Parts: sequence; structure tokens; C-alpha cells
Amino acid sequence: MSAFAGHYAYWITIFLMVAGMYILIARGNLLKKLIGLALLQTSVYLLYIAPAKLIGGSAPIIAGGFSTYSNPLPHVLILTAIVVGVATLALGLALVVRIRETYGSIEEDEILALDSADDG
Amino acid sequence: MMAEHLPILQVVLPLAVAPLIVLARDRGFAWVATTVVSYGCLAIAIALAVQVAASGTISYAIGSWPAPWGIEYRVDALSVFVLVLVSLTASLVAPYAQRSIAAEVADDRAYLMYAMYCLCLAGLLGITITGDAFNLFVFLEISSLSTYVLIALGRNRKALVAAYQYMLMGTVGATFYVIGVGLLYLMTGTLNLADMAARLREVDELRPVLAALAFITVGIGLKLALFPLHQWLPNAYAYAPSMATAFIAATATKVSVYVVLRYYFMVFDPAQLFAHLPTREVFIALSVAGMLVASLVALFESDVKRLFAYSSVAQIGYITLGIGLDNQASLTGSITHLLNHGVTKGAIFVLLGGVALRYGTQSMSVANLAGLARRMPLTAFGLVIAGLSLIGIPGTAGFVSKWYLIMGALEQGLWWVVGVILAASLIAAAYVWRVVEVAYLCPARGEWRGGEAPIGMLTAALAMVILCVYFGFDTTFSVGGAREAADLLLRAQK
Repeated sequence: MSAFAGHYAYWITIFLMVAGMYILIARGNLLKKLIGLALLQTSVYLLYIAPAKLIGGSAPIIAGGFSTYSNPLPHVLILTAIVVGVATLALGLALVVRIRETYGSIEEDEILALDSADDG
Repeated sequence: MMAEHLPILQVVLPLAVAPLIVLARDRGFAWVATTVVSYGCLAIAIALAVQVAASGTISYAIGSWPAPWGIEYRVDALSVFVLVLVSLTASLVAPYAQRSIAAEVADDRAYLMYAMYCLCLAGLLGITITGDAFNLFVFLEISSLSTYVLIALGRNRKALVAAYQYMLMGTVGATFYVIGVGLLYLMTGTLNLADMAARLREVDELRPVLAALAFITVGIGLKLALFPLHQWLPNAYAYAPSMATAFIAATATKVSVYVVLRYYFMVFDPAQLFAHLPTREVFIALSVAGMLVASLVALFESDVKRLFAYSSVAQIGYITLGIGLDNQASLTGSITHLLNHGVTKGAIFVLLGGVALRYGTQSMSVANLAGLARRMPLTAFGLVIAGLSLIGIPGTAGFVSKWYLIMGALEQGLWWVVGVILAASLIAAAYVWRVVEVAYLCPARGEWRGGEAPIGMLTAALAMVILCVYFGFDTTFSVGGAREAADLLLRAQK
């Protein structure tokens, strides 16, 4: 396989990463920003998992008939990262709910307009 | 028996008390538990400092799994310095929190605030003590998530937006960090920082390592508010509850600086970093820009808390400048400034918390402070002393660290950097004077509930103010500890 196609997992990772960052920056809706953030975090899972998977590799338990094993450590790390991602998303959503309650909007420009109206 | 388990107790103590506080649901218990834990952490940090001074670096294998397979906690001259800074601030802010939280946070939510405070403390101490790259990420997220909640508990609804924005930028920062760690893991197959450092020197393919360096620098740069990645900081500091601002301003960014120091000097090959890459130039340029721009913004800022928040961005510039100058004097200055700026800014925000309580205002503009010296003489006086330390007047803590930074700049022959340090200090004098002028020379006006700040709050504030002066005269701990830490970093560089 060519170097380009052989690394397809990395290309998908990079695409997800950049797409997440783009949504995060370009969208004014607080909820959509969180979706971008979740996408960015998900791309990291792939960055860790893809190189740890060996084609034909089994779970790292010594047993007859198996000689190639996948590296278990990245999987465990990403399990932790998923928990962190869920916690972040939950907190983010809770903040958006509170912002909706107090401002009556989840559009960034409307919130900033309300804030500057407060100051003025 | 206990003594050998101190490194893990340092983190587990606050981590275990946080859920207890949530279970007890009682504000009084929460406060007592938080205070006891903070002082316990300080005692452990000091005990560790004594051990490190006596017998050198301590390595603690969690669950007796030896490094590099298990997670290692590593206490050396640098990390113990930061441990003392964090737990010292925590134990000064915790007694102060009682009145401040009672006034600023709804009663039914107060115990949650204490729980978050303990979690944040556990996270910051964990970042400092761990010797494992991924463990560091987990603690980074523990401290960050609890910080977002602390900020969101502010009375002003702008606190919610500030917390949301900080959450977005902070999470991007942490994600970038973990991307960097992933790349390093791919190249070395280890997560133990010391082991990683040894293996990185044998890596031939440099491009992924440089990408990792870039991701980690930008990611942690976001967390430490390195100019121009500081956009989240002013609002977060301004709208958070007073005690949260005081604690975060004194510790959170400092711990991130520590992470940068650790990676730059003890993980990556500094020969490559400083010889083949413009690391030095980039750090000096960003620091100088931050010092000047943020100080100028502070000069024209009307909200007092935002004024001092921008001043924090400028002071972080001083700290990173020392990293860019990269010699013994400048690193000593940098590390000393972590502590000196910590107590100075902590003192200022603690005092402003007392003012907010007595003035009963949501947003405090500089003009609101008119006549402060007549209404709250001790508070006003404390602000003056801490302000002098911020400027760097001889006899205060700020002077000592700036002195070492200037020595470091001279050693490199960078005269213009000395000029910038002095110019930024002059601007600091101007914005501190704005506050002092209003407080001392303007006639009192506006709403006031009477009295000095409550005694509990005032004691914490004055203790920090006294430290501002104390570290200006007796530098045995501050400069002594910092110099040992700097030596450690420079030895690792060899």
C-alpha cells in the first residue's frame, strides 16, 4: 500500500481534529461549539487506538496458538480519556442550560449583546 | 512507616475529602474539613521539602509497581517548591473562605463550592507530584473541571459565560496536551517522564517529536495564559467568587508554568530545543509582548478585578521570560516569581474579596473604591503593600524575582530586555497608583455596609501581605529553593 493510503487512520484522525476545531471556532451556537469540542476529543481516541491495533493481534493473554498481541495500554488510557470527555461534555451542557436560563439564549452574539447592554 | 507514603497522601487527602463533603451536605462541616485538609497538605508538603533537602529526590511507586511500568510519583527540588506554594495558598485561603462564601454563594450550594475547592487542590498537587505523562493529563482535567465550576458559581451571570469560555479553551488546551503525549508515546513507548527523556535522546525521526513539542507548548500555553492565549483569564478572574479568584490566581497558572519547565528541561532534549529551534526567541518575544500589552490594557481597565487580572497576564510574562533567557539567574528569578507573584496576587484578590463584601457591589469599578482608606484603613494599606510588591519596589517580594530576571538578561547581554522589564514595572506603578489615588485621595462616596473586612478574612489577607514583605527580606526559602530547582533543571539539560 502506498504511504498515503497505508496511513488512512491518521488522515481520518487529522480530518476529525480539524473539523472539530473549525466547528468550535466558526459556530456561534454554544451547543454546536460543544459538538465541535467532542469531535476534537474523539479524534484523540483514534490517534491512540489506531497504532495500538495490530492486524491479526489478539488480546494480550498468553495462550496456546497466539503469537501476536495488541498493545493494551493505549486502550486503557483512552478508556480514561473517554471518562474525562464525558465529564467535560456533561459540565459543558450544564453550563449551557444555566446560560439559557439566565440569558434566554444560547447564541454567542446575542449573549454578548446582552452583556454590553448591561454595562452600558 | 507514614513518612514513606507522604507523596501519595499529598494527593489522596484532598481527593478523598471532596466526596465526604458532598455526602455530608453541611456547610459548617465542609468548611472545617476543607481547612483541616489544606493545613494537612501544607504539613505534608513541608515534610516532603525537609526530606528532599536531606536526602534528595524521592521516587514513590504507586501500588509498588516499579517505574517505568507503574505510575511514579516524583518529588524533587522543583516540584516540592510548587507543592509548598499551592498548599500554602490553599491553607491561607481556606479559613478566609467561610465569610466570603457565605456572602457570595447561595447557602444550599456552599458545600459544593468547598468540595470543588478540595478537588481543585488535589488536581493541582497531583499535576505537580506525578512523574507520569498521562496521569498528569488526568490531574490537569480534575483541576480544570473543578475550576470551571468554581468560576460558574459567581453571582454575576457573566460568570457562567466566563466559565463556558474558559471550559472551551481549557479543554482544547488539555486535548492538545494529550495529543502531544500520544505522539511522544508512539515514539518512545513509555509514559514515565524520566524514562521518556532517556529514550527521546535515542529517537532518530524528529518530526513527530517536534509536533509533540508544538502541541504540548500550545496546550499548556493556553492553561498558563501565555500571551496571546490569555483571552479566557480576565473574565474568569473578574466574575468568579472572591475566594476562587484568590486561589486560582495564585496557583493554577503557576502549576502550568511548572509543567512547561518540566517538559522543556527534563523531558525534551534541551540541546535540540534551545540550539536548533528558536525556542528562546519565541518565549522572549511572547513574554515581552505580554508584559507590555497586558500592562497597558490594565492601565485603562475600569473594573478593579479585571485590572489585576490583566496584571496577572503581564506577570506571567515575567515568569516565561525567565524560561526564554535560559540561564541560572533567570530561571531562579522565574521560579522565585512563581511564589512571589502567587502571594502578591493572592493578597490582592483576598483583600478585594473583603472590599466586595463590605461594598456589596456586583462589579467593582476603580471609581467605586473612592475613600477606601478612610472606610477600611487596614485593607487599603494591605493593597498598597501588595501593590508595591507587584511593581517590584526594593524590600518587597516582587523586587527579588525581578532582580534575578534582570541579572539573567544582563548575562545574556540583552540590554533591551532589561529596558522592557523596567518599562513594564513603570506601567505597573501607574496602574497601582490609579487604585491607590482613588482609595486615599478621593472623598468617600457610594454604598457601604460599614466596618473593616471581617476578622477571619482580614487575617488571611494580612498574612499574605506580610509574606509579600517577608520574602523581600528573607529569601532563604524563596530564592534558596528556586536556585536549587534551577540547578536541577540545568543539570538535566547537560
